[in-house]
Amino acid sequence: MQSITSARRSALAALAAFAMLAAPGLVRAQLRLDITQGVRDAVPIAVVPFGGQGEDARTDVAAVVAGDLRMSGRFAPLERRDLVARPSAGPEIRFEDWRLLNADFIVVGRVEPDGAALTVTVELFNVRTGAALLGERLPSTQRDLRATAHRIADLVFERLTGLRGAFATRIAYVAVDGRPPAQRYRLIVADADGYDPRTILESSMPVMSPAWSPDGQNLAYVSFEGGASAVYVQRLSSGERTRVSARSGINGAPAWSPDGRRLALTLSRDENLDIYILDLGTQTLTRVTTDSSIDTEPEWAPDGRSLYFTSDRAGSAQVYQVGLDGDRQVRRVTFTGGYNARPRLSPDGKSLAMVTLDRGAYRIGVLDLVSRSLWVITDSRQDESPSFAPNGALIIYATRERGRGALAIASSDGSFRQRLSSDQGDVRDPAWSPFPPGG
Amino acid sequence: MTKRMQLIAIVLAALGLAACQKPAQTKPDETVAPPAESAGEASTSGIGTEGAAPAGTPLTPQQQALEALKQTSVIYFEYDSSEIRDQFLPVVAAHASYLVKYPSARVRLEGHTDERGSREYNIGLGERRAQAVRRALLAQGVAEAQVTTVSYGEERPAVEGSDETAYAQNRRVELVHAP
Repeated sequence: MQSITSARRSALAALAAFAMLAAPGLVRAQLRLDITQGVRDAVPIAVVPFGGQGEDARTDVAAVVAGDLRMSGRFAPLERRDLVARPSAGPEIRFEDWRLLNADFIVVGRVEPDGAALTVTVELFNVRTGAALLGERLPSTQRDLRATAHRIADLVFERLTGLRGAFATRIAYVAVDGRPPAQRYRLIVADADGYDPRTILESSMPVMSPAWSPDGQNLAYVSFEGGASAVYVQRLSSGERTRVSARSGINGAPAWSPDGRRLALTLSRDENLDIYILDLGTQTLTRVTTDSSIDTEPEWAPDGRSLYFTSDRAGSAQVYQVGLDGDRQVRRVTFTGGYNARPRLSPDGKSLAMVTLDRGAYRIGVLDLVSRSLWVITDSRQDESPSFAPNGALIIYATRERGRGALAIASSDGSFRQRLSSDQGDVRDPAWSPFPPGG
Repeated sequence: MTKRMQLIAIVLAALGLAACQKPAQTKPDETVAPPAESAGEASTSGIGTEGAAPAGTPLTPQQQALEALKQTSVIYFEYDSSEIRDQFLPVVAAHASYLVKYPSARVRLEGHTDERGSREYNIGLGERRAQAVRRALLAQGVAEAQVTTVSYGEERPAVEGSDETAYAQNRRVELVHAP
């Protein structure tokens, strides 16, 4: 019986794989997560396949939840083949079975039709004590089931860590294919787990530096499609966009103010790069830095009253902070190492992720703004473009792997790392979205 | 050619064509046409029209001078440097004398870096290299209006690769003349 079921399962999987191969127009290339450095104390958790879902379910809720929890680095979901039973509600759980498997927690649930829609029920238990930790019913539809699964992962994560989950978020990144000099550049938006990548811009000229508006509705980015750089703001729902800066010279490094009404950006009006603020409503441009060096890569402080940025005014690239009230005083922020660039602030405003030169290699460093200590959290030779998840727990960044650009995710303390494998050519320049509104 | 060989040839040609066809791509919300000044990515090839070669037009002296310049139109830089090395001074001088001689001629200086370091900062380094070449041209009498700059940073490498050989070929300023 067991073997028949599993044979049927693999036949279905093969069929599904064939269907995907046979319809290249429908299938979009995807990113896939591979854990490269795990945490020893990841919490073992059983996520049981949800009741009401056959093996052929289009969205396997339990698989999505387990994938999210694994991606957080804090949980080690049991392998599905090790799951000894398939309870779909609290009373069906025999906790002693799960204790033998050394699972600390168990997630069960079911998907039930509710008219044309669906209702998803989820329960979370402590395996040692049998205590119920979570019980929730979520309305959904076949189309939204994956989003509901991410929401369930958020609930479980929040209940067990006290941190808000960021699984129902998205990432933007740039994919490049073709060989130099004839390359194609695509700006892509995908779910945070790499699922459902959608190309929102395609060009034969470089596209770079995507930046999410605070409400997650718009992306600002740099495109060279006219031969020179320009900054665009594109509405994700409609694809409609506005060219907000195409001044002579460089237009780069857009960064949204916390209120979403202004963009800090880099312009080269005096033959060198300086930071300006563009008011998107009034189109007023205000100059922020005036140094004759390269000043670029602005990042807003959460209170909107200062900017962090990269400058080589003292010789090498370092991170500085400039006040926006009154006298525009500039203060140097980094002193460790010969190269610190592209600062990105953690959501709590307490630390700064950046590219740092570490023993001859470009890696991601996290500077604690209180203790002033800098931790290097990656170990490759060319890591860049760090971007915090909106809950601050993870950092997505670009790295190189076998000569190609790849994306990777690290926990912000560096204890956990994973790679987002891609079949989309060279991928780079990732930016993690804010929390979805109302979530 | 026998019938059989013809058939094989047809089948092979058909296979070759099929292999060249790419699967239909998902169209983005917004598709951007390549800018006119960049090399277009679509290329077509004809089969030629025998015996109908058009009569040649002799190159003007300016076109001839431009053809000669195209042989040396890239200046390479050291790591993290925008200093024009001695070996490239003749390149700058040749382009400068052409631009001085033909005041209506225009040149675009495209600055590039290798792939190391952060992307937007590299846009700054590429710009600094382009500006260094611009200043050198102006110093030799070229008019400001003749020169524009653009920096692509590490976004448009000349060659692939993550070793010093590739880096050295990618740290460059390309002098692109408008017709």
